[in-house]
Amino acid sequence: MRKSSLRRACAAVAAVASLSLAATACGGTTKNDVEESGGGATAPTGRADPHAPLKKGLTVGFLPKQVNNPYFTSADKGGQKALTELGSAYKEVGPNSATDTSGQVSYVNTLTQQQVDAMAVSAQDPGALCTALKQAMSNGIKVVTYDSDTKPECRNAFVSQAGAEDLGRTEVQLLAEQIGYKGEIAILSAAQTATNQNTWIGYMKDELKDPKYKNVKLVKVAYGNDDAQQSFQQTQGLLQQYPDLKGIIAPTTVGIKAAAQYLSGSRYKGKVKLTGLGTPNDMRRYIKNGTVDAFELWDPARLGELAARTAVALASGQITGKAGETFEAGAMGTFTLGEDGVISLGKPTVFDAGNIDRFDF
Amino acid sequence: MPDPLSRAIRWDTVVGALLLVLLLLSFSFVDGFGNALNLSFLIGNTLPIAMIALPMTLLVVAGEIDLSVASTAGLSGAVLGRLWNEGMAIETIIPLCLLLGVVCGLVNGLLVTRLGLPSLAVTIGTLAAYRGIAQIVLGADAVTDFPAQYLDFAAGRIGNTFLPRAFVPYLVLLAIAVLVLHATPFGRSLFAVGAGEEAARFAGIRVKRARLLLFTATGFMAALTGVFWALHYASARYDNATGLELSVVAAVLLGGVDFDGGRGTLGGAVAGVFLLGALGNVMSLLSVSAQSQIVVTGVLLVVSVLGPRVARRISVARAGRRAASTPAPSLASPS
Repeated sequence: MRKSSLRRACAAVAAVASLSLAATACGGTTKNDVEESGGGATAPTGRADPHAPLKKGLTVGFLPKQVNNPYFTSADKGGQKALTELGSAYKEVGPNSATDTSGQVSYVNTLTQQQVDAMAVSAQDPGALCTALKQAMSNGIKVVTYDSDTKPECRNAFVSQAGAEDLGRTEVQLLAEQIGYKGEIAILSAAQTATNQNTWIGYMKDELKDPKYKNVKLVKVAYGNDDAQQSFQQTQGLLQQYPDLKGIIAPTTVGIKAAAQYLSGSRYKGKVKLTGLGTPNDMRRYIKNGTVDAFELWDPARLGELAARTAVALASGQITGKAGETFEAGAMGTFTLGEDGVISLGKPTVFDAGNIDRFDF
Repeated sequence: MPDPLSRAIRWDTVVGALLLVLLLLSFSFVDGFGNALNLSFLIGNTLPIAMIALPMTLLVVAGEIDLSVASTAGLSGAVLGRLWNEGMAIETIIPLCLLLGVVCGLVNGLLVTRLGLPSLAVTIGTLAAYRGIAQIVLGADAVTDFPAQYLDFAAGRIGNTFLPRAFVPYLVLLAIAVLVLHATPFGRSLFAVGAGEEAARFAGIRVKRARLLLFTATGFMAALTGVFWALHYASARYDNATGLELSVVAAVLLGGVDFDGGRGTLGGAVAGVFLLGALGNVMSLLSVSAQSQIVVTGVLLVVSVLGPRVARRISVARAGRRAASTPAPSLASPS
């Protein structure tokens, strides 16, 4: 008896304590306070000298989202090739999993500790790397993001694989043409948090608002987490869930390959159209056997190369990351920095039976 | 075991010594290891594991385990992000997140103690459930715009020293955990509970209540870790801290806490945590590939399960040789 009243008293005290805590906290810091206090992008410091000589003997660290991912292997090889050509050293570090954010942070810290001259980073998360990247920059290290960006104030420049808008819209255009502008479609994406994927999907949805797609209906966005098995199962699930599905867009190289693998072995082969972002070497057999009509991609090796050349241009002082600055990227030509230090690689290439044999990556 | 040699051969002492050796070697031979910035990175990245390891040690000593801690941390971070987006004050959100952690822990504890289910099964279930709820709460968003003073606290260091600011509160939590486990009747009863539930019950220990309390404390610490994680990495996402439970369990086992319960010290567990953390840091500085790092960690884990058993065999054999007539050493308190 006495014990239970004691327990009740304890509960009451706890309730009162938490209530008063909540009440006193009402005057606390909210999202609005943070927005009011500003905290916008800090402008890059220093002045660019486009005629500064390119420095040699630099070390540039590449930090992809995931080290054993064929896409990043290809991109980073492009970076390695460019750095060798420029007389600088290349190194690659990175986590084994594309969702190991804390792992990526500790690799940024490692590169900072090893005092590389610049790093090229494909961010798993727009915010998580910020503190570490800012620390790197304050230690004099130039930071380029490629493939997937962080917040603009956390890096010097971002090398974009192609305008996000171009990619999103052209994928819808490709698929709509293949299904005759009619029927249910679905998207098979990578991780639900992937910055680039979500931006593209945003543009896809916007493109679908055009009246010419009035008979095209997006029924679902599925997530395969850039894992072959999961993407395979998600494709299977989509087709079971939506028997009338006419087409799938997979804006991820792992996803499109797994989806093509499933379709080519099923009765949907040739009937359900598949397009998205894939590599020619992955997709060649599915183009040849009629599973896939056309897909698109930028050349990841060129993306890596541009990231490397941007890093060296930054470290040499030719650019600082301000909009309007220009630099020579070897045989790739001249590039101009856009708003927020974004450098665009150019329009994506469409691969089909007619041209796929001309590419090898 | 008052004999100094037996003490030296105890696994947690071995792990502590290994940590010291690793630190000394790294200071002398690894470029970039010894400076304040790197040490603060090392400690900061290890803190989430170190935080959850405190209640986890108590739980494992009592013969239970909680695999849902990383999901609870993820859920706590997701709620933090969602409520922040809704415009609530962070000073209100944080206590709410901690309360949520207590609820998560209570659910685990009640399922284990009231329904008598094994904690491994229960917490594998809630591991999936809590993560799922986190995804429902926050979806694909990554919330990053938390107030600067909170981010600075979670990621900054004290002046130019190697100590992260969040390390001081951690030391307080550590002291509390050590006192509870090694200096209170409650703590000592946990060893008895882990060694033999029946015996403990006949000795008058309220086994179920102790376990319920431990699960609740674990949920609370997991939620606190979730808040710390979100602020440390300036990113609240539903998949924060994925896989952290394995790091915690690995570190605790490496520290010589017996998976079957009844044995272990917090000193050993904390040494295990920082040994794994320091090893990861050093391997990264030496540019050991991520794949090889996983292999090293895996091998260490196997050693950590074998090591204490071997160490115990040796010490039991020594004791047996010394005094064949006296019974085997007590199961409980090593202090």
